[in-house]
Amino acid sequence: MAIERIFPSPNPGTAPYWKAARQHQLSLPKCQACGKFHSYPRSQCPFCSSDKLEWTNCSGAGTIFSYTEVFRAPSKAFAADLPYIVAIVELKEGPHLMTRLVTNDNASVRIGQPVTVAFDDMDEETSLPVFKASQT
Amino acid sequence: MIAANRAAIVGIGESAIGKIEDRSALQLHSDAVHAALADAGLTLNDIDGLITNPVRVEAWNMPCGVVSSYLGIRPSYLLTLDLAGASGAAMVHHAAMAIAAGQCKTVLCVGGQNLLSNKLRAHAVKQMAESGAAHPQFEAPYGPLVASNYALIARRHMHEYGTTPEQMAEVAVTIRKHASLNPNAHKRSLITVDDVMKSPMITSPLKRYDCALVSDGACAAIITSADRARDLKQKPVYLLGQGYGLSHSYVGEYLNLTTSGAVDSGRKAFEMSGLKHSDIDVAELYDCFTITVIIELEDLGFCKKGEGGAFVQGGRIGLDGELPLTTHGGLLSAGHFGLSAGFLHVLEAVRQIRGSAGERQVKDVKTALVHGNGGTIAIHCTLILGGADAA
Ligand SMILES: [Zn+2]
Repeated sequence: MAIERIFPSPNPGTAPYWKAARQHQLSLPKCQACGKFHSYPRSQCPFCSSDKLEWTNCSGAGTIFSYTEVFRAPSKAFAADLPYIVAIVELKEGPHLMTRLVTNDNASVRIGQPVTVAFDDMDEETSLPVFKASQT
Repeated sequence: MIAANRAAIVGIGESAIGKIEDRSALQLHSDAVHAALADAGLTLNDIDGLITNPVRVEAWNMPCGVVSSYLGIRPSYLLTLDLAGASGAAMVHHAAMAIAAGQCKTVLCVGGQNLLSNKLRAHAVKQMAESGAAHPQFEAPYGPLVASNYALIARRHMHEYGTTPEQMAEVAVTIRKHASLNPNAHKRSLITVDDVMKSPMITSPLKRYDCALVSDGACAAIITSADRARDLKQKPVYLLGQGYGLSHSYVGEYLNLTTSGAVDSGRKAFEMSGLKHSDIDVAELYDCFTITVIIELEDLGFCKKGEGGAFVQGGRIGLDGELPLTTHGGLLSAGHFGLSAGFLHVLEAVRQIRGSAGERQVKDVKTALVHGNGGTIAIHCTLILGGADAA
């Protein structure tokens, strides 16, 4: 029996993020008043409270802000992936995202390492942003 | 001179804590309540306020109503309080507010559950991971444990300040030593730094002994006004100050992973109490993970930012040290039965101030700081408690 993965459930506030991800774009709200990107998506800017936001594609480039190698799965859905790297990436545009770092070498992961977004096509409707070490 | 309407803790009680297979969540509540009533010399007829916290093992429609009804009381003030791990500390302040507002006179605060032995236990890790600690859309699909959220903080703290796994281990070792002197603690056998370092890696850099237990248990306390406390059985312990702090909700979007809302909660609690750090005799700090304690020590101002790792070494946080810390054994060793387990820290502060902590009694305790932390170092409540000679 196939094990169900944990799928994100988009809502009206987050649907554009997941729609862009399906197109293999990383998109976040950018404030037209103060110019800052933010995550996770809100309907008002957490920095200046303006509601003049526009979904804007990010470069997909960032660096590892922190990471952990997980040795115990929170549920069966993740057991086959063990051990895996959960990371927080600091995007070039400023915001942070929790993500999975896709790598063949868990021991090589470092804070500050440059990374680039990639997409895990979970099914025909959902793509999950993940990150890989940037090609140097 | 203590003002007549200042809140006083006048009774404390615990159920058996550990692996308690023959008690339901409500039976554990009842055990703790009756122990607290006996300690106070009161009966359920004296209780006209009730505060409790949500449980995870059963679906309770309105926990404060379920618990009151189970006990057979109809309080004039009821509250289900949920500030995650800060709930225990915050119950004391909310009881104080209800009394000061004249809504009730004597409040029972109680919480706990059979988190270890309930029949959903096989799913406990899954339940906790999906309990909302991780954002359901932007975090949960990547598979973080609750511990992974703290591991991300620990890794960043190591990077920014040079904190080491051995320093984190020192927290686990000291707190276990305190638990070894607590007859009701879940885990009492002594451990060494080497034991912690060799324990299985769960989510790097956190190993098994860096993480809180999962236990069965409940605890309760009775709070009334200083005026009424005067005629009761026990030496009252007063609430001298409190503060709250919030920095974020989800760890993945928090831009500063190593500084917490404890900066605000601590500053406010100290200001209100009029006390200084050097006045604090024991610190009952929330210890869901070893890194939590190190960050709390820094953010509450017991040491400089980044020096928490060094602070916990050299016996400074032991019972004979400069700042005896989490003297009952905390969540790491005395017991962790969900968000009410932070209330055990309040009960221990009361014991230390009364001078009734037995083998683990610290000498001449007049004041205690209690700290609760909820979410991933997200929401904080700091209390400063003291006896009549503290204020
Ligand atoms: Zn803005």
